[in-house]
Amino acid sequence: MFLSQQRTNSAAADASGSEPSYLTAKRGLMSWLVTVDHKRIGLMYLVSVLFFFLVGGLFALAVRMELFSPAENYFSADTYNKLFTLHGAVMVFLVIIPSIPASLGNFFLPLMLGVKDVAFPKLNLLSFYIYVFGACFFLYTLVSGGLDTGWTFYTPYSSSSSETSVISSTFGAFVLGFSSILTGVNFIVTMHKMRAPGMTWTRMPLFLWSLYATSVIQVLATPVLAITLLLLIAERTLGIGIFDPAMGGDPVLYQHFFWFYSHPAVYIMILPGFGVISELITINSRKHIFGYKAVAISSVSIAVIGFLVWGHHMFVSGQSEFISVFFSFLTYAVGLPTAIKVFSWVATMYKGSITLTTPMWYALSFLFLFSIGGLTGLFLGALSVDVHLHDTYFVVAHFHYVMMGGTIIAFIGGIHHWWPKMTGKMYNSAMGNLGCFLTFVGFNVTFFSQFLMGSQGMPRRYYTYLEQYETLHVISTIGSQVLGLGLFVTLFCFIHSLMAGKKAGKNPWGGLSMEWETESPPIEHNFHGQPVCERGPYDYGK
Amino acid sequence: MNTNETQSDIWRWMPDQMSTFASNVDGLFYFILILCVIFFTLIVGAMVYFVVKFRRRTDQDETPLIKGNHTIEIIWSVIPGILLIAIFTWGFVDWMKLGTVPPNALDVRVEGYKWAWSFVYPEGIVSGELVVPVGKPVKLTMSSKDVLHSFYVAEFRIKRDVLPGRYTVQWFEATDTGEHWVQCTEYCGTSHSKMIAKVKVVSQEEYDEWISTGGGMGDDVPLADLGKMLYEQRGCVACHSLDGSKVVGPTFKGLYGVERKFTDGTSAVADDNYLKTAILAPNDTVVEGFSPVMPSFQGQLNDRQISALIEFIKSVSQ
Repeated sequence: MFLSQQRTNSAAADASGSEPSYLTAKRGLMSWLVTVDHKRIGLMYLVSVLFFFLVGGLFALAVRMELFSPAENYFSADTYNKLFTLHGAVMVFLVIIPSIPASLGNFFLPLMLGVKDVAFPKLNLLSFYIYVFGACFFLYTLVSGGLDTGWTFYTPYSSSSSETSVISSTFGAFVLGFSSILTGVNFIVTMHKMRAPGMTWTRMPLFLWSLYATSVIQVLATPVLAITLLLLIAERTLGIGIFDPAMGGDPVLYQHFFWFYSHPAVYIMILPGFGVISELITINSRKHIFGYKAVAISSVSIAVIGFLVWGHHMFVSGQSEFISVFFSFLTYAVGLPTAIKVFSWVATMYKGSITLTTPMWYALSFLFLFSIGGLTGLFLGALSVDVHLHDTYFVVAHFHYVMMGGTIIAFIGGIHHWWPKMTGKMYNSAMGNLGCFLTFVGFNVTFFSQFLMGSQGMPRRYYTYLEQYETLHVISTIGSQVLGLGLFVTLFCFIHSLMAGKKAGKNPWGGLSMEWETESPPIEHNFHGQPVCERGPYDYGK
Repeated sequence: MNTNETQSDIWRWMPDQMSTFASNVDGLFYFILILCVIFFTLIVGAMVYFVVKFRRRTDQDETPLIKGNHTIEIIWSVIPGILLIAIFTWGFVDWMKLGTVPPNALDVRVEGYKWAWSFVYPEGIVSGELVVPVGKPVKLTMSSKDVLHSFYVAEFRIKRDVLPGRYTVQWFEATDTGEHWVQCTEYCGTSHSKMIAKVKVVSQEEYDEWISTGGGMGDDVPLADLGKMLYEQRGCVACHSLDGSKVVGPTFKGLYGVERKFTDGTSAVADDNYLKTAILAPNDTVVEGFSPVMPSFQGQLNDRQISALIEFIKSVSQ
């Protein structure tokens, strides 16, 4: 009844000519600031995340410049310590965690489900403003003396020793956590309650499965971080001994609390990237995903086992040696579903019809880089080898291959993939490919050299270093500049598209999931009437 | 270290093997590395092959509907699974060796503080260099005076965090004589990267000689030379420069005999008594423009060593 009425309405709209897109349906600044449209909120997230990606990236370039030689080059030791801390804190809390779920997720979750919006549109807007509020604390931290604790805020350095703005930044991270939690709740409810007719769980695109797993982790793990940071603030301001032994506390307890959140958070960061890659590879290979259920279930099992491996960050911390053994074992258990995903993506390409669009180049980059990131995790999970590699540049290289080579590459690939849908414009694919190529080359030069210096014994977070590591540091710094150049080319590609891009059709890549059934850019209420899902998202072959 | 040798030596993975653990750890490292190369080649090789072989030829290309294949999915789950268990087990076996200190080990206490290491020997010697005999197990019982540190010697493949308020233990047995670096691998503030110390592995005879001469700091060493050794070994060097540059604390250049202004508005001339107080109770008066962050050396240095440091400061003041 309701459904047929909807259809009549949309028929009326069609008849009256083309409906305005979500970008032009309402005008003026206020129409953006108080919007409850998931697409506009997603776009505002995207712009904010990209802004902080630029800020965090400039910090990274500054860090690499300083490390060009072991001498004092541009910054004092204290400034350097603030630069690497702010690089890490901004990239983790303001960029990678919200990146894919809050921007692309917000924009495409309702579209892919075939519905008008998320379950709680106003809550969605609140999440965004909480994000902005949290980000303000970080901006305040920048201008009020910075932060020099490392993004991990290890005690007792953070609680008793550091003279920088620890409270404003931890409070910022505390606030940002709520943004994460609310978005997670919103997504879970939307997927349970608001799927289009015919959209069964097994017809959901894998991007949505990955968002589902991510949301579950966000809701369950983030409160632990909030409590931990609150305890840290209590210790620092009120002198209550929780983590500082001088006041009767235990610094290892802090690490347990911190990693109980922050390891699952690694999966908050990477799972949405997996989801994007599943979309990119299937659509550009025109193939059904290989092992849909295995890929979907592996996301969920990663989410579950991911809660039980936090102690692998702490093999040499002074935690029980026997507990470390269990954590090592479980770490390998969580590696397996990840490997299965990678194999399935490659197998998906078998007998496909593969076209090398810019998003596909990003997907291929992802497979290359993430394989290295994942495989080097094998070294770090092994108890005896980790003793040598822990807190060296090997770890730095490993998590950059996963976080940047994985998540950020998938994120940028995803932006290229859905750009025509979001903006209604195409971009110059040669320019897009050039950005991808420079980023790929620069990234490998920057970080592969760090595997070598790490295994040779170069510790992380070092302002100066032994001369034997200098050549590798020089190579890494040069790589970082190529990487930066690649990212700027990509940014230019997007700006160029906005100003002079050709108009995009409904479905430029030939996708089967529901977001491609509506206009580019979509109308304010996403679809003309209530669409019905009649096929799986990957039913390409015959 | 010889620069020519190290320059040509950067394209390698693990550093030299200098302890009894090293060959085991490296064995597992290279085993994993070989597996990684194999799997990476398979993944990327298949990817590149498929991209070339199955590239889109026409826009009307049709593709077969392949939803999965149970046989291949079981194969690529079980084989990596077995390899993962093998890696885990290998790492676990060596981990147990790392955690089992031989009963005949030489005991050395390690103290970490911002930003230096000190090593306390059973004979009462306090040294800024870790001197150990070759071929004998050495047990390190470690603690920190302030924040977290971590004791890492790459050539020995050992590392363990050093915590305030509790002891952590690790051990090693050096297999050859030589010099290496202890590096702090847990971020600890401004001069974290300067928190390094020398490890000297010497023959048993040299070690006995070193112990009997009070760790090279016996009474026959001239005061200013002793002061220089203490300056370099006990951490002064991390914060006090000799060339006039400002690090964490005031430079020693031109310090002796000069009037100092303090944060509380008072002032004093930097004479012997002032310097002694500044070493033993450094935060009672703090020089303008600096923070009260220096640890006290009360009970850490004997009278002769304090005099030696003052003599050294005097000698570099001119």
